[in-house]
Amino acid sequence: MTDIAFYTLSALAIWSGWRVFRVDSMIRATFALMVSFISVAGIALLMSADYIGVATVFMMAVEMMVMALFMVMFMMNPAGLNPMQMVHQYRFSIGAGIVAFIGLSVAVLATNLPHNPLPAGRDTMRDLGIELLGASMLIFETAGVTLLATMLGAVALSSRNGRFGNSEEGALPPGLHPGGTPAGRKVEKGGGHGGHGGHGGHGGHGGHGDHGMKESDKAGDKGDTDAGHMHHHAPAPDEDHQHTPKKEH
Amino acid sequence: MTLTAILIVASALFGIGLFGALSQKSFVMLMMGLELMLNGTLLAAVGFWSFTLAGAPEGQLLAILIMAVMAVELAIGFALVVAVYRKRQADVIEALGTMKQ
Repeated sequence: MTDIAFYTLSALAIWSGWRVFRVDSMIRATFALMVSFISVAGIALLMSADYIGVATVFMMAVEMMVMALFMVMFMMNPAGLNPMQMVHQYRFSIGAGIVAFIGLSVAVLATNLPHNPLPAGRDTMRDLGIELLGASMLIFETAGVTLLATMLGAVALSSRNGRFGNSEEGALPPGLHPGGTPAGRKVEKGGGHGGHGGHGGHGGHGGHGDHGMKESDKAGDKGDTDAGHMHHHAPAPDEDHQHTPKKEH
Repeated sequence: MTLTAILIVASALFGIGLFGALSQKSFVMLMMGLELMLNGTLLAAVGFWSFTLAGAPEGQLLAILIMAVMAVELAIGFALVVAVYRKRQADVIEALGTMKQ
Protein backbone atom coordinates (compact mmCIF):
# COMPACT_ATOMS: atom_id res chain seq x y z
CA MET A 1 0.00 0.00 0.00
CA THR A 2 2.73 2.41 1.00
CA ASP A 3 4.76 1.26 -1.98
CA ILE A 4 1.94 1.90 -4.41
CA ALA A 5 1.39 5.38 -2.98
CA PHE A 6 5.13 6.07 -3.08
CA TYR A 7 5.57 5.06 -6.69
CA THR A 8 2.45 6.93 -7.76
CA LEU A 9 3.57 10.09 -6.00
CA SER A 10 7.11 9.77 -7.36
CA ALA A 11 5.86 9.37 -10.89
CA LEU A 12 3.55 12.35 -10.40
CA ALA A 13 6.37 14.47 -8.96
CA ILE A 14 8.76 13.71 -11.81
CA TRP A 15 6.15 13.96 -14.54
CA SER A 16 4.78 17.29 -13.34
CA GLY A 17 8.31 18.57 -12.79
CA TRP A 18 9.02 17.73 -16.40
CA ARG A 19 5.78 19.39 -17.53
CA VAL A 20 6.90 22.64 -15.88
CA PHE A 21 9.31 23.28 -18.72
CA ARG A 22 7.27 21.76 -21.52
CA VAL A 23 3.89 23.49 -21.33
CA ASP A 24 3.28 26.69 -23.25
CA SER A 25 1.25 28.40 -20.60
CA MET A 26 3.31 29.74 -17.76
CA ILE A 27 0.36 29.55 -15.40
CA ARG A 28 0.11 25.86 -16.13
CA ALA A 29 3.83 25.57 -15.51
CA THR A 30 3.33 27.16 -12.09
CA PHE A 31 0.59 24.73 -11.19
CA ALA A 32 2.65 21.81 -12.47
CA LEU A 33 5.42 22.90 -10.14
CA MET A 34 2.92 23.04 -7.30
CA VAL A 35 1.76 19.51 -8.08
CA SER A 36 5.37 18.39 -8.01
CA PHE A 37 5.92 19.98 -4.61
CA ILE A 38 2.73 18.54 -3.18
CA SER A 39 3.72 15.08 -4.39
CA VAL A 40 7.03 15.42 -2.59
CA ALA A 41 5.11 16.55 0.49
CA GLY A 42 3.00 13.39 0.19
CA ILE A 43 6.14 11.27 0.05
CA ALA A 44 7.37 13.07 3.18
CA LEU A 45 4.07 12.20 4.87
CA LEU A 46 4.55 8.56 3.87
CA MET A 47 7.95 8.70 5.56
CA SER A 48 6.18 9.99 8.69
CA ALA A 49 7.72 13.45 8.47
CA ASP A 50 4.33 14.93 9.27
CA TYR A 51 5.39 18.46 10.00
CA ILE A 52 7.63 18.78 6.94
CA GLY A 53 4.96 17.42 4.62
CA VAL A 54 2.14 19.62 5.82
CA ALA A 55 4.35 22.70 6.02
CA THR A 56 5.52 22.09 2.46
CA VAL A 57 1.95 21.91 1.23
CA PHE A 58 1.04 25.20 2.92
CA MET A 59 4.19 26.96 1.84
CA MET A 60 3.95 25.84 -1.76
CA ALA A 61 0.27 26.70 -2.08
CA VAL A 62 1.04 30.30 -1.14
CA GLU A 63 4.33 30.44 -3.01
CA MET A 64 2.87 29.24 -6.27
CA MET A 65 0.05 31.75 -6.03
CA VAL A 66 2.67 34.50 -5.72
CA MET A 67 4.57 32.99 -8.62
CA ALA A 68 1.46 32.87 -10.80
CA LEU A 69 0.84 36.52 -9.99
CA PHE A 70 4.36 37.44 -11.04
CA MET A 71 3.95 35.43 -14.21
CA VAL A 72 0.94 37.47 -15.20
CA MET A 73 2.68 40.70 -14.26
CA PHE A 74 6.03 40.24 -15.94
CA MET A 75 6.12 37.44 -18.41
CA MET A 76 5.08 37.40 -22.00
CA ASN A 77 2.37 35.03 -23.08
CA PRO A 78 1.16 33.98 -19.63
CA ALA A 79 -1.85 32.12 -20.94
CA GLY A 80 -0.02 30.13 -23.60
CA LEU A 81 -2.34 31.18 -26.38
CA ASN A 82 0.29 30.64 -29.01
CA PRO A 83 3.08 28.10 -28.68
CA MET A 84 6.50 29.46 -28.02
CA GLN A 85 9.88 28.23 -26.94
CA MET A 86 11.65 30.43 -24.44
CA VAL A 87 14.89 28.52 -24.18
CA HIS A 88 18.53 29.03 -24.93
CA GLN A 89 21.55 26.68 -24.92
CA TYR A 90 19.03 23.88 -25.22
CA ARG A 91 21.29 20.93 -25.94
CA PHE A 92 23.80 21.90 -23.29
CA SER A 93 21.02 22.14 -20.71
CA ILE A 94 19.58 18.76 -21.62
CA GLY A 95 23.05 17.28 -21.40
CA ALA A 96 23.70 18.90 -18.04
CA GLY A 97 20.38 17.67 -16.66
CA ILE A 98 20.94 14.11 -17.85
CA VAL A 99 24.51 14.09 -16.59
CA ALA A 100 23.36 15.36 -13.18
CA PHE A 101 20.64 12.70 -13.00
CA ILE A 102 22.87 9.84 -14.09
CA GLY A 103 25.76 10.97 -11.95
CA LEU A 104 23.66 11.25 -8.82
CA SER A 105 21.89 7.96 -9.52
CA VAL A 106 25.17 6.14 -10.03
CA ALA A 107 26.47 7.68 -6.82
CA VAL A 108 23.36 6.49 -5.00
CA LEU A 109 23.52 2.99 -6.44
CA ALA A 110 27.23 2.63 -5.86
CA THR A 111 27.10 3.76 -2.25
CA ASN A 112 26.54 1.31 0.53
CA LEU A 113 23.82 3.27 2.26
CA PRO A 114 23.34 2.73 5.97
CA HIS A 115 20.04 1.32 7.08
CA ASN A 116 18.82 2.57 10.40
CA PRO A 117 15.16 3.40 9.96
CA LEU A 118 12.80 5.36 12.10
CA PRO A 119 11.51 3.29 15.04
CA ALA A 120 7.80 2.59 14.69
CA GLY A 121 5.50 4.66 16.83
CA ARG A 122 7.97 7.44 17.49
CA ASP A 123 6.35 10.87 17.93
CA THR A 124 8.37 12.72 15.30
CA MET A 125 6.60 16.02 15.64
CA ARG A 126 7.25 16.20 19.36
CA ASP A 127 10.90 15.34 18.68
CA LEU A 128 11.12 18.16 16.20
CA GLY A 129 9.57 20.68 18.56
CA ILE A 130 11.91 19.75 21.40
CA GLU A 131 14.86 19.94 19.02
CA LEU A 132 13.89 23.30 17.56
CA LEU A 133 13.52 24.97 20.93
CA GLY A 134 16.22 22.96 22.64
CA ALA A 135 19.58 21.84 21.35
CA SER A 136 19.28 23.39 17.89
CA MET A 137 17.70 26.62 18.95
CA LEU A 138 20.59 28.70 17.66
CA ILE A 139 20.22 27.26 14.15
CA PHE A 140 16.49 27.80 14.25
CA GLU A 141 16.83 31.39 15.39
CA THR A 142 19.49 32.03 12.76
CA ALA A 143 17.08 30.85 10.10
CA GLY A 144 14.45 33.18 11.54
CA VAL A 145 16.79 36.18 11.48
CA THR A 146 17.82 35.26 7.94
CA LEU A 147 14.18 35.34 6.90
CA LEU A 148 13.77 38.73 8.55
CA ALA A 149 16.82 40.04 6.68
CA THR A 150 15.33 38.62 3.49
CA MET A 151 12.11 40.50 4.04
CA LEU A 152 14.01 43.74 4.59
CA GLY A 153 16.17 43.10 1.55
CA ALA A 154 13.18 42.32 -0.64
CA VAL A 155 11.45 45.52 0.41
CA ALA A 156 14.62 47.56 -0.10
CA LEU A 157 15.23 46.06 -3.53
CA SER A 158 11.73 46.41 -4.84
CA SER A 159 10.70 49.76 -3.40
CA ARG A 160 10.49 52.60 -5.86
CA ASN A 161 11.51 55.28 -3.42
CA GLY A 162 14.49 54.81 -1.18
CA ARG A 163 15.08 56.71 1.99
CA PHE A 164 17.20 59.26 0.18
CA GLY A 165 14.94 59.90 -2.77
CA ASN A 166 14.16 58.07 -5.94
CA SER A 167 15.97 54.76 -6.13
CA GLU A 168 16.45 55.13 -9.86
CA GLU A 169 18.50 58.25 -9.43
CA GLY A 170 21.95 57.67 -10.81
CA ALA A 171 20.96 54.33 -12.25
CA LEU A 172 20.19 55.83 -15.66
CA PRO A 173 22.71 57.83 -17.64
CA PRO A 174 21.84 61.46 -18.33
CA GLY A 175 20.25 62.39 -21.64
CA LEU A 176 22.16 63.51 -24.67
CA HIS A 177 20.28 66.79 -24.56
CA PRO A 178 18.59 68.23 -21.48
CA GLY A 179 15.39 66.41 -20.68
CA GLY A 180 15.99 63.84 -23.40
CA THR A 181 15.83 60.08 -23.15
CA PRO A 182 18.75 58.54 -21.30
CA ALA A 183 21.83 57.80 -23.32
CA GLY A 184 22.96 54.23 -23.58
CA ARG A 185 19.44 52.93 -23.50
CA LYS A 186 19.70 51.51 -26.98
CA VAL A 187 22.88 49.64 -26.28
CA GLU A 188 21.26 48.21 -23.20
CA LYS A 189 18.64 46.16 -24.96
CA GLY A 190 20.70 45.34 -28.02
CA GLY A 191 19.61 45.55 -31.61
CA GLY A 192 16.08 45.95 -32.77
CA HIS A 193 14.71 45.98 -29.26
CA GLY A 194 16.44 49.21 -28.44
CA GLY A 195 14.63 51.06 -31.14
CA HIS A 196 11.31 50.83 -29.41
CA GLY A 197 12.28 51.87 -25.95
CA GLY A 198 14.70 54.54 -27.03
CA HIS A 199 12.65 56.36 -29.61
CA GLY A 200 9.24 55.62 -28.26
CA GLY A 201 9.87 57.74 -25.19
CA HIS A 202 9.16 56.71 -21.65
CA GLY A 203 5.64 58.01 -21.32
CA GLY A 204 2.85 56.54 -23.33
CA HIS A 205 4.94 54.55 -25.71
CA GLY A 206 7.02 52.70 -23.18
CA GLY A 207 4.44 49.98 -22.86
CA HIS A 208 3.99 49.62 -26.56
CA GLY A 209 7.66 49.33 -27.20
CA ASP A 210 7.74 46.62 -24.62
CA HIS A 211 5.11 44.57 -26.36
CA GLY A 212 6.99 44.98 -29.58
CA MET A 213 10.02 43.53 -27.91
CA LYS A 214 8.07 40.48 -26.86
CA GLU A 215 6.65 39.95 -30.30
CA SER A 216 10.03 40.08 -31.89
CA ASP A 217 11.30 37.64 -29.32
CA LYS A 218 8.70 35.17 -30.42
CA ALA A 219 9.73 35.61 -34.01
CA GLY A 220 12.83 33.65 -33.29
CA ASP A 221 16.40 33.96 -32.19
CA LYS A 222 17.94 33.96 -35.61
CA GLY A 223 16.15 37.05 -36.78
CA ASP A 224 16.95 38.63 -33.47
CA THR A 225 20.69 38.57 -33.86
CA ASP A 226 20.48 39.68 -37.48
CA ALA A 227 18.37 42.64 -36.50
CA GLY A 228 20.92 43.47 -33.84
CA HIS A 229 23.72 43.67 -36.33
CA MET A 230 21.77 45.76 -38.75
CA HIS A 231 20.78 48.13 -36.05
CA HIS A 232 24.28 48.80 -34.98
CA HIS A 233 25.70 49.38 -38.41
CA ALA A 234 23.00 51.24 -40.26
CA PRO A 235 20.45 53.60 -38.80
CA ALA A 236 18.00 53.11 -41.66
CA PRO A 237 16.41 49.79 -40.55
CA ASP A 238 15.82 51.32 -37.19
CA GLU A 239 12.93 53.28 -38.61
CA ASP A 240 11.35 50.04 -39.72
CA HIS A 241 11.59 48.56 -36.29
CA GLN A 242 10.10 51.58 -34.73
CA HIS A 243 6.90 51.26 -36.68
CA THR A 244 6.43 47.56 -36.19
CA PRO A 245 4.77 47.66 -32.76
CA LYS A 246 2.38 50.42 -33.74
CA LYS A 247 0.68 48.18 -36.23
CA GLU A 248 -0.21 45.75 -33.52
CA HIS A 249 -2.03 48.21 -31.37
CA MET B 1 9.82 2.33 -0.50
CA THR B 2 13.56 2.21 -0.02
CA LEU B 3 16.13 4.91 0.46
CA THR B 4 17.64 4.11 -2.94
CA ALA B 5 14.33 4.66 -4.72
CA ILE B 6 13.79 7.94 -2.88
CA LEU B 7 17.26 9.21 -3.72
CA ILE B 8 16.82 8.30 -7.39
CA VAL B 9 13.55 10.21 -7.51
CA ALA B 10 15.31 13.13 -5.83
CA SER B 11 18.13 13.05 -8.36
CA ALA B 12 15.60 12.99 -11.20
CA LEU B 13 13.95 16.10 -9.78
CA PHE B 14 17.37 17.72 -9.39
CA GLY B 15 18.29 16.91 -12.98
CA ILE B 16 15.05 18.33 -14.36
CA GLY B 17 15.51 21.43 -12.26
CA LEU B 18 19.08 21.89 -13.50
CA PHE B 19 17.89 21.54 -17.07
CA GLY B 20 15.22 24.17 -16.49
CA ALA B 21 17.50 26.59 -14.70
CA LEU B 22 20.06 26.40 -17.48
CA SER B 23 17.72 26.46 -20.44
CA GLN B 24 14.95 28.92 -19.62
CA LYS B 25 15.18 32.49 -20.75
CA SER B 26 12.74 34.26 -18.49
CA PHE B 27 13.69 35.00 -14.91
CA VAL B 28 10.62 33.44 -13.34
CA MET B 29 11.06 30.17 -15.21
CA LEU B 30 14.70 30.11 -14.14
CA MET B 31 13.58 30.45 -10.53
CA MET B 32 11.16 27.59 -11.06
CA GLY B 33 14.14 25.48 -12.09
CA LEU B 34 15.97 26.43 -8.91
CA GLU B 35 12.89 25.59 -6.85
CA LEU B 36 12.68 22.19 -8.49
CA MET B 37 16.32 21.51 -7.61
CA LEU B 38 15.60 22.45 -4.00
CA ASN B 39 12.56 20.18 -4.14
CA GLY B 40 14.79 17.24 -4.92
CA THR B 41 17.16 18.26 -2.16
CA LEU B 42 14.29 18.40 0.32
CA LEU B 43 13.16 14.93 -0.68
CA ALA B 44 16.68 13.55 -0.26
CA ALA B 45 17.03 15.17 3.18
CA VAL B 46 13.74 13.75 4.41
CA GLY B 47 14.64 10.35 2.98
CA PHE B 48 17.98 10.28 4.75
CA TRP B 49 16.34 11.32 7.99
CA SER B 50 13.68 8.65 7.72
CA PHE B 51 15.92 5.74 6.78
CA THR B 52 19.33 6.28 8.29
CA LEU B 53 19.10 8.41 11.42
CA ALA B 54 16.87 6.24 13.64
CA GLY B 55 14.60 9.19 14.20
CA ALA B 56 17.18 11.75 15.29
CA PRO B 57 15.38 15.10 14.92
CA GLU B 58 18.35 16.92 13.35
CA GLY B 59 17.35 15.50 9.98
CA GLN B 60 14.01 17.25 10.16
CA LEU B 61 15.84 20.41 11.15
CA LEU B 62 17.87 20.16 7.94
CA ALA B 63 14.65 19.83 5.94
CA ILE B 64 13.28 22.94 7.64
CA LEU B 65 16.46 24.81 6.75
CA ILE B 66 16.03 23.76 3.11
CA MET B 67 12.51 25.15 3.20
CA ALA B 68 13.86 28.41 4.61
CA VAL B 69 16.36 28.53 1.75
CA MET B 70 13.48 28.10 -0.69
CA ALA B 71 11.60 31.00 0.86
CA VAL B 72 14.70 33.24 0.84
CA GLU B 73 15.46 32.38 -2.77
CA LEU B 74 11.91 33.13 -3.86
CA ALA B 75 11.64 36.43 -2.00
CA ILE B 76 15.01 37.81 -3.08
CA GLY B 77 14.52 36.48 -6.60
CA PHE B 78 11.22 38.26 -7.06
CA ALA B 79 12.60 41.44 -5.54
CA LEU B 80 15.48 41.34 -8.03
CA VAL B 81 13.08 40.67 -10.90
CA VAL B 82 11.04 43.71 -9.89
CA ALA B 83 14.15 45.88 -9.55
CA VAL B 84 15.63 44.82 -12.89
CA TYR B 85 12.31 45.18 -14.67
CA ARG B 86 11.84 48.65 -13.28
CA LYS B 87 15.33 49.82 -14.18
CA ARG B 88 15.75 48.22 -17.57
CA GLN B 89 12.36 46.91 -18.71
CA ALA B 90 14.04 43.53 -18.98
CA ASP B 91 12.34 40.20 -18.41
CA VAL B 92 14.69 37.80 -20.19
CA ILE B 93 18.26 36.95 -19.31
CA GLU B 94 19.69 38.08 -22.64
CA ALA B 95 18.55 41.64 -21.91
CA LEU B 96 21.13 41.90 -19.15
CA GLY B 97 24.20 41.81 -21.38
CA THR B 98 25.85 44.80 -19.78
CA MET B 99 25.96 43.06 -16.41
CA LYS B 100 28.92 41.07 -17.70
CA GLN B 101 31.23 44.04 -17.43
